[in-house]
Amino acid sequence: MSLKVLVGCKRVIDYAVKIRVRPDKLGVVTEGVKHSMNPFDEIAVEEAIRLREAKKAKEVVVVSCGIAQAKETLRTALAMGADRAILVELSPKEYEIMTPAHVSKILAAVAKMEGSDLIILGKQAIDDDCNATAQMTAAHLDWPQATSASKVEVTDAGLTVTREVDGGLEVITTQLPAVVSADLRLNEPRYATLPNIMKAKKKKMTTLSLSDVGVELKEHQTVVSVEEPPVRSAGIKVKDVDSLIAALKQAGRI
Amino acid sequence: FTTFYWFCFQLPIAIRPELFSVQGSLTSYFLICSTSNFPAIMLGLSRHTFRLYNRVGVRLQSTLVVVEHDNKHLNPVTLSAITAASQLGGDVTCLVAGSSCAAVAAEVAKAVGVSKVLLADSADLEGFLPERITPVILASHQKFNFTHIIAGATAQGKSLLPRVAAKLDVAPVSDVVAIKSPDTFVRTIYAGNAMQTIKSNDPVKVVTVRGTNFATAAAEGGSAATETLAIPDLPKHLSSFKEQKLSKSDRPELSGAKSVISGGRGLKSGENFELLYKLADKLGAAVGASRAAVDAGYVPNDMQVGQTGKIVAPDLYIAVGISGAIQHLAGMKDSKTIVAINKDPDAPIFQVADFGLVADLFKAVPEMTEKL
Ligand SMILES: Cc1cc2nc3c(=O)[nH]c(=O)nc-3n(C[C@H](O)[C@H](O)[C@H](O)COP(=O)(O)OP(=O)(O)OC[C@H]3O[C@@H](n4cnc5c(N)ncnc54)[C@H](O)[C@@H]3O)c2cc1C
Repeated sequence: MSLKVLVGCKRVIDYAVKIRVRPDKLGVVTEGVKHSMNPFDEIAVEEAIRLREAKKAKEVVVVSCGIAQAKETLRTALAMGADRAILVELSPKEYEIMTPAHVSKILAAVAKMEGSDLIILGKQAIDDDCNATAQMTAAHLDWPQATSASKVEVTDAGLTVTREVDGGLEVITTQLPAVVSADLRLNEPRYATLPNIMKAKKKKMTTLSLSDVGVELKEHQTVVSVEEPPVRSAGIKVKDVDSLIAALKQAGRI
Repeated sequence: FTTFYWFCFQLPIAIRPELFSVQGSLTSYFLICSTSNFPAIMLGLSRHTFRLYNRVGVRLQSTLVVVEHDNKHLNPVTLSAITAASQLGGDVTCLVAGSSCAAVAAEVAKAVGVSKVLLADSADLEGFLPERITPVILASHQKFNFTHIIAGATAQGKSLLPRVAAKLDVAPVSDVVAIKSPDTFVRTIYAGNAMQTIKSNDPVKVVTVRGTNFATAAAEGGSAATETLAIPDLPKHLSSFKEQKLSKSDRPELSGAKSVISGGRGLKSGENFELLYKLADKLGAAVGASRAAVDAGYVPNDMQVGQTGKIVAPDLYIAVGISGAIQHLAGMKDSKTIVAINKDPDAPIFQVADFGLVADLFKAVPEMTEKL
């Protein structure tokens, strides 16, 4: 089996950054803030590359929907080992109203154009925390979905996927083509080495517009406000186990 | 008019007080009056009121709650989803889709606030595959034309509802923590470090709700009628369910527990988690973990608390050997009382802990277990 794999990559504020709410209270400050590839997408890229290394996949195409800077994210994916990249470019203004509803349509359109057999995405982006794009992409294509995957095996019949669910793990099989979303336990993403970063500069990156993929940006949702969450007031340090037990008894917790 | 006004206001309050705790505006007041199943009240509406009603353009709300269950019992998160649905006003219909799941339909029919139960029972719905449940939800929607489709933001709800939303060409609203009005919802973004209020412009709102932010509806006291739903064509070839490997435990379920004790990398091994289990048993607590503890294989994945694991908000959360990374705090910082036991006095967990104990967990935890 030699699959054409499409992997989605989102550029997000780095997971270690402590975000700040914008003064206009309609978003968070992104300017001058460190961005990187969404950690779940790194896992998705890694999984696709491993499939190619195991000769289950013949080509890994990475795609991002976003502003021009998303090219850096795609370069990172190319340096990890992806073959080719596609940026579906939006203006910063358009990007503000983009939700998984739009991304899923864009990904579905690209998958059709590319003749993809398998789409691997992260289970959620750590900025909007939506956990929806993979499911919606599968729906638009009428493909099966395997979300929160911690193990993916390509078989003659399709895929056997172990999923992380609330009570433990679950195993399902799907036919191909299919959409998979990666959970944290799927693999450990590799670091891009310097020679690979150099090689990545020569790999092909195509830029498409929304009209190229035939997707309109309807404003499904309007952000009313973005605010800081309530802060917890600082507590106290207790000196030993006895004081801790006393404090908890006093608070009525034990 | 005064008498009528009194009626209009008092009757719904008497019958559905829960609606009035969250909605105060004139709009929602008329909305509630118009959807509380009181045709008599509607008949009494003056012309002035009707004009107002039309001007604000309120559409009758009717919500479908997708029931989560294991074919035998209701998952309590559904009772939270019913509360969320009640806050929207209007009718609340519950869909029980599964295989040999009539007992669940009977159980949910007794929940307070439910007006109708739809039962879709078929062996093909074993395993709750979203490819197969989606057409069932779409068929119910086609029949009853809901304004809202709601489920708990669990692994199952998260996997299913976005698929339904895509089929309806709407944008789902994930993991909602509060409902401001029928189209305006509050949710967290950036691992709980910002609260986003969004207005949905879509004709149907597809919403998952965070269980810990909505009280559970009373499980007894209602008496909704159950209607059997014809099973539509299901794309059975797409996927199939093989097996579940569930972690067995006699301890309380993590998301609903009153007390939670979590261990992190500081525990150093799976065997050492025994220390936490002993303390948990003394306190009747559930046991959770950080990602580091799960990744290291100390405990199974379903114990992970955090942005990408479970969200808990117990009365008491005890974090043992956990540094308190942003992603972990996202899953527990709404707990009423937080305790941290950590040997590093500068660990970020102490910034959110009500009571912090700087100590070696291998000494402090057994001591605490012994003294309780
Ligand atoms: C995309 C993404 C998603 C994530 N999702 C989650 C999530 O859902 N949940 C989650 O928890 N994390 C998540 N993380 C990981 C998170 O960033 C941290 O790496 C993780 O929470 C750290 O776990 P920890 O506190 O157990 O380990 P560490 O950060 O290593 O902390 C261990 C602590 O134990 C203390 N300690 C060690 N020995 C002792 C002792 N003998 N006595 C007392 N204290 C001791 C140390 O002082 C230290 O503070 C995610 C990360 C990413 C990138």
